[in-house]
Amino acid sequence: MIPAKSIICKNLTKQFGDFMAVNHISFEVNPGEIFGFLGANGAGKTTAMRMLCGLSIPTSGEAMVAGFDVFKQTEKIKKNIGYMSQKFSLYEDLTVLENIRFYGGIYGLTNQQLKDKTEELIQQLGMQTEAKKLVGSLPLGWKQKLSFSVAVLHQPKVVFLDEPTGGVDPITRRQFWDLIYDAANAGVTIFVTTHYMDEAEYCNRISIMVDGAIQALDTPHNLKQKYAATSMDEVFYQLARGAKRAAD
Amino acid sequence: MKQFLIFVRKEFAHVLRDRKTLLILFGLPVVLIIIFGFALTNEIKNTKIIIVDYAKDLATQKLINKIESSPYFELEKSIRSHQEIEAAFREGKIKLAVVFPANFNTDLAHLHQAQLQIIADASDPNTANTLTNYLTMIVLDYQAELMQANQVPYRIIPETRMLYNPQLKGAPNFVPGVMALVLMLVCVMMTSISIVKEKELGTMEILLVSPFRPILVILAKAVPYLLLSLLNVITILLLSVFVLGLPIKGSILLLFAESTLFIITSLALGLLISVRTESQQTAMLISLMGMLLPTILFSGFMFPIENMPLPLQLISNVVPSKWYYQIVKAVMIKGLGFSAIWQETLILAGITIFLILVSLKNFKIRLA
Repeated sequence: MIPAKSIICKNLTKQFGDFMAVNHISFEVNPGEIFGFLGANGAGKTTAMRMLCGLSIPTSGEAMVAGFDVFKQTEKIKKNIGYMSQKFSLYEDLTVLENIRFYGGIYGLTNQQLKDKTEELIQQLGMQTEAKKLVGSLPLGWKQKLSFSVAVLHQPKVVFLDEPTGGVDPITRRQFWDLIYDAANAGVTIFVTTHYMDEAEYCNRISIMVDGAIQALDTPHNLKQKYAATSMDEVFYQLARGAKRAAD
Repeated sequence: MKQFLIFVRKEFAHVLRDRKTLLILFGLPVVLIIIFGFALTNEIKNTKIIIVDYAKDLATQKLINKIESSPYFELEKSIRSHQEIEAAFREGKIKLAVVFPANFNTDLAHLHQAQLQIIADASDPNTANTLTNYLTMIVLDYQAELMQANQVPYRIIPETRMLYNPQLKGAPNFVPGVMALVLMLVCVMMTSISIVKEKELGTMEILLVSPFRPILVILAKAVPYLLLSLLNVITILLLSVFVLGLPIKGSILLLFAESTLFIITSLALGLLISVRTESQQTAMLISLMGMLLPTILFSGFMFPIENMPLPLQLISNVVPSKWYYQIVKAVMIKGLGFSAIWQETLILAGITIFLILVSLKNFKIRLA
């Protein structure tokens, strides 16, 4: 039975010794939603994300991802989520095709599925001529789009994107967001962290973390109204200015 | 299982596409064998010596002929008085001087005992030692001939035999050493770098988020290096048999089994390093300083462990290459079987299990 929510967090907490990295955060994310997870460096975004991905066990609280418990069902969560980090995570010394086959392969796709998916993906990205080239020789924007496509290759229910657009130009970023919209329209839940406030505007809803806790959570439109701001930038500064923790 | 094979194939692609790594993998053993085999020999040949012969009789003449015909010595000149010896040493031309006293033959004939003096340039003690040994061997050889000719039954003939290596060749010692060195380098450095590389690239995160089990990541990374290392063992053995003419006396199967054990030890070490480090440079430095240096210093292949002070001898016990070196020497050169090396094997296996447990524990902590 698949619950109505893709991610449910209740008082999720992670403590390292005396340090409350993540302090009782609660939120819910709907299927097909693009959920922006914002916060200054050191606010606890990465720790929270690691807990939701099953990489780190929470100290207390509850969380369900794709209908599975982060305490007991991490293996099942792993099968149902995709992940992409700011480092692109592709092997530069493998070709485009080999990267696709490798990542598809470790998610247990059958040969037939792999073949179909690979063709579809190459078609979609328009990479027919580059398919047999080493990833290292591709421009950054292409690597990034390929990286995202690889992260959703196994048709996960939720995709976690950790600052996916770091270091690329605005045009490529826009194209990248088109891919994200396509995936969201197909029903994939997108959980994305970013430092770019213009990107925050693309999200359906955003949360802003300050010092390990969620300070604000709403649609970009509502947040701007609430804080009487003209842009997300202003909203973010108003909230993050109060942070006591130094950025790491 | 299919996932595992896909992963192994990816690892092979990494290794085979990296020309530099390949060059290190397969060039290193060849270069080391050739360097140690031909350039860095600790045999000393054609040493210039001088002889002061006060006796000038039959016995000394025969002995001098013997010394001259040996490949180790070359007679620089015969001089008349021993005052000139020091001058010759100071010039640095000669490494050894032999002095026969005036009544050498008479003493030998009547007292059945004669003396001669060997003076060596001990500023390089190892060379001096070796040269003195060579010369003593020649004298003993002559003495043995003399005994046989005269059939004196009551004389005790001092017999010195150089066991396992009668020609005192350098090769037997260094081939096992090179094997330990190469396997250590390939396994420890390559594995640790390849794992740390995934961390640096950020691909490790993706792998940990995937349903692919972390332990399988490690195993899949180990497989190509295990196979390549075995290939290296074959290369070294082929080189040593066909290029250096050093036969393998013991069981080849046993040699490979023990090598596999040592490779696993090294892989475990590489894993431990990679778990504790974050950058490729650090991993490489630790592998080189922390692993290679002890292998050279403490395995006994360059410097005899018996001559070290006790604390260093104790340290040498935790260096896995020391045990592997002893095992290979026993099997390859002495031709001994498993019964002779079971203790060393047990110690090596113990170290391996310890390393695997420690690195797995660290690996898990990092995941939590």
